[in-house]
Amino acid sequence: MSEPYSSPSADVMIQFDRVVKKFGDHVVLRELNFSVKPGEFVTLIGPSGSGKTTILRLLMTLEQVDGGTIQVCGDYLSHMQRGGRFVPADERYLRARRKRIGMVFQQFNLFPNMNVLQNVTEAPVRSLGLSKADAAERARDLLDMVGLSDKVQAHPMRLSGGQQQRVAIARALAMRPQVLLLDEVTSALDPELVAGVLSVLKEIARTTDITFLCVTHEMQFARDVSDRVMMFDKGQVIEDAPPEQLFTQPAHERTRSFLHAVIDRSG
Amino acid sequence: MNFEWSGVWDAMPTMLDGLLVALTATGIGYVIALVLGLVFAFMRRSESRWISMPVGFLVEFIRSTPLLVQLFFFFYVLPLIGISVSPLATGAFALGLHYATYTSEVYRAGIDGVPQGQWEASTALNLSTRRTWTNVILPQAIPRVVPALGNYVIAMFKDTPQLLAITVVEMLGGAIAIGSETFRYSEPIAAAGLVYLVVALLMAWVARMVERRYGQVRV
Repeated sequence: MSEPYSSPSADVMIQFDRVVKKFGDHVVLRELNFSVKPGEFVTLIGPSGSGKTTILRLLMTLEQVDGGTIQVCGDYLSHMQRGGRFVPADERYLRARRKRIGMVFQQFNLFPNMNVLQNVTEAPVRSLGLSKADAAERARDLLDMVGLSDKVQAHPMRLSGGQQQRVAIARALAMRPQVLLLDEVTSALDPELVAGVLSVLKEIARTTDITFLCVTHEMQFARDVSDRVMMFDKGQVIEDAPPEQLFTQPAHERTRSFLHAVIDRSG
Repeated sequence: MNFEWSGVWDAMPTMLDGLLVALTATGIGYVIALVLGLVFAFMRRSESRWISMPVGFLVEFIRSTPLLVQLFFFFYVLPLIGISVSPLATGAFALGLHYATYTSEVYRAGIDGVPQGQWEASTALNLSTRRTWTNVILPQAIPRVVPALGNYVIAMFKDTPQLLAITVVEMLGGAIAIGSETFRYSEPIAAAGLVYLVVALLMAWVARMVERRYGQVRV
């Protein structure tokens, strides 16, 4: 059998190579190819059901590919080599690769059995092996950055949605990921709380070299922070351009009608 | 029919001996039910069908046959395979195994009740499977199941008279023994019933206290 996979490359952070994902008979991603450079902020837009969230879930190893490969930092994420052959990655391999990737969820998913500080320190202590004191120091710095230094001892359920999401951002950053996945992080928030979360994210994108892959319906935010915007439809990238170009002069008719619908709705 | 309250009173020392036996069987059985039930719940969730299917079958089998049958089974079969323990130990084990099939369903419901997002957040934070269970899932699942688990301790206690079938003499056994000596059954059996009632009510009260303390994710 000939080598079907492209070789890993150093100046590419994320590489999707002919990725196929199906749910039953429904093909969500059909031979999807794209790559993201280190430090890039890439936003995925497109109608719901077009497979944007699936891409993030594949990167976070919450789902497994049905075909093709994903590379992160030049390492295969979905597959590992064993005896010169590619086989689906096992749990140990996945854990070693997963360290580089963080994710912020639409529904925050904070741990309700822990206070804010414990939410942020749990994984650095248990997974990275930091001492409790070091993890707490790191957590306090991050909570300070997201504007929640007065909520360290609070219980997550006592916080507003916007505050919970900012804790979730601090929790993901505490793992010092190279890649941060943002899955519709403001979709579950009341409108007046969206701005606070987005400004925190803008600040992080500006001051760190983290690579971002972001699924959002906040078009102004996407325009402000993205280096590149990818328009998805039916499991494929139909347009891939810098934001100023994609939002002002979309090349594809489908992009135009999508932006029309989204921007009309949000006013 | 004449009923002598003094007969009830006279039966009390025997009842307290019997109560000790009943509480021992309940206590040991309950620990078995709590631990084994969790083990069953884990095994039924196993991705390997070679584990989940046989355990699922075993749980359904035990749950669908009477405790009394199981008591006789262990009483007569365990010695045949070289395990000779006291009737009380056999009874406590059978009671624990029987109730483990109920507690395993309770645990399963509790675990299933923890939102999928908690598993996903644990994966995203690269927590190991073991840490995900011990630090995220079980601390949220157990408070949900405390009320149901509390009810089972009372149900188990009320099932202890069945141990009489394998010669374990607790309160009902003691009452019948007194009856067969004095030819008066109503007073000692009333005494047994009274002790069951008082202890069961006490247990219900304790269960409510425990529930109030641990029975929810503290907010």
